[in-house]
Amino acid sequence: MSADLSSKNGLAIEFRNVSYRFGAGTELISGLNLQVQRSETLVLLGRSGSGKTTTLKLINALASPTSGEILVEGRPTSQWDPIRLRRGIGYVIQDAGLFPHFTVERNIALVPKIENWPSDRIHQRVAELLQLVGLDANLASRYPRELSGGQRQRVGVARGLAADPPILLMDEPFGALDPITRAELQREFLALQKRLEKTVVFVTHDLREALLLGTRIALMEAGKLVAALPPDEFVQSSEPIVKKYMDAFGTLPACNGNRGSA
Amino acid sequence: MNVFQFIAQNHSEVLDLTLEHLWMVGISTLLAVMVGIPLGILITRWPALDKPVLGTANIIQTVPSLALFGFLLPVPWIGARADRLAILALTLYALLPLIRNTYAGIKGVDSAVVEAGRGMGMTDRQLLFQVQLPLALSVIIAGVRVATVISVGLATIAAAIGAGGLGEYIFRGLAMVNNQLILVGAIPAAALALLADVSLGWLEKRLGSRVIVPQQ
Repeated sequence: MSADLSSKNGLAIEFRNVSYRFGAGTELISGLNLQVQRSETLVLLGRSGSGKTTTLKLINALASPTSGEILVEGRPTSQWDPIRLRRGIGYVIQDAGLFPHFTVERNIALVPKIENWPSDRIHQRVAELLQLVGLDANLASRYPRELSGGQRQRVGVARGLAADPPILLMDEPFGALDPITRAELQREFLALQKRLEKTVVFVTHDLREALLLGTRIALMEAGKLVAALPPDEFVQSSEPIVKKYMDAFGTLPACNGNRGSA
Repeated sequence: MNVFQFIAQNHSEVLDLTLEHLWMVGISTLLAVMVGIPLGILITRWPALDKPVLGTANIIQTVPSLALFGFLLPVPWIGARADRLAILALTLYALLPLIRNTYAGIKGVDSAVVEAGRGMGMTDRQLLFQVQLPLALSVIIAGVRVATVISVGLATIAAAIGAGGLGEYIFRGLAMVNNQLILVGAIPAAALALLADVSLGWLEKRLGSRVIVPQQ
């Protein structure tokens, strides 16, 4: 379905001098240059209002840049049909954003369904995905309100992966979970990502989460990119804003690179 | 002669006027639904139109009903028959709750849910029919309920311009200073209003329970 999105070389996503303002307001993103390699997990880290979520929405064209351009698979988002672009990009958000009037099965099957997959293939795919995200098959007929927060978030991930998109955007997907469930989902995410090798852009304000999950961390502050570094270089960076962020979190656990010890 | 004796003795006339009343309410509500709900949807798509449309519907609502019948009298075709006139006036009154509730219902759908749908590549049409309208349905039904209940009451005034309905008894009773006769019109009208309120309220509740937004 997304032939355009599945070519195997080059950058997955590239921001070229991107600025964004909403209406006549102040700039939410200014002069952003950022490249996302295929199969990496890039974490966008920053405090509230730093422009992380906006950056994410620029990728799937929920927002259009005021200036500059964003290339997805080498093609500017302005030249993509937004509907086609979005169907090739999985989108997982905080609290999952599940449709409350759809069962788990229909929620997961959303993109396959609007892509007109045959129903037996959809059914099979849903079963596959439930297993992939560690959910019991008999949850398929439940409604989101009948699930726990952790289960809902798993459904959200399954929905994002449903049509097997090469790119996955995740906006604080584990932000609303209790610490134990969050740690569980983070571990599973790492295992999943090892297997699936998607290009993931992951938004969080949690430094621990960033260090744990990211192959690279892009710190944003007031709409600008401060640094984009692998976790081990990130913790040793002398950049003052990075240091400030590190200080705010105190002592830190091990980071991505020496995975498994967390 | 008390109210119930009168109704028993004149049951065929009471029935005719009740059906006439229901006809006016039913047709006008149906027309208002056919116009009001699409208008309500339209103004969620064209934000520039929301204030003018809601404002106009609001103004119509403030025109006293007798005056509205009067204003509509010179309108060609409509003014030629009292029942057309009454149905148009009732339709106009029913518009506001329908437009307002459709608009508020769609706007009230959790923005995270809508954004998730959009972000996954749903078209505007798919979002509307698969997400926004189903989730707004109970609020829209609440609008239909309010519009219907208002219409049942207002339709009694249609008798003043000769459109019939249960208002006939009320005006006759007023003219003859006969409270019993007024009640012959008022009691069935009140019963109809209650019936509409309860049945549509039940529907609203049923639809609402299906679409509760998940708690945090």
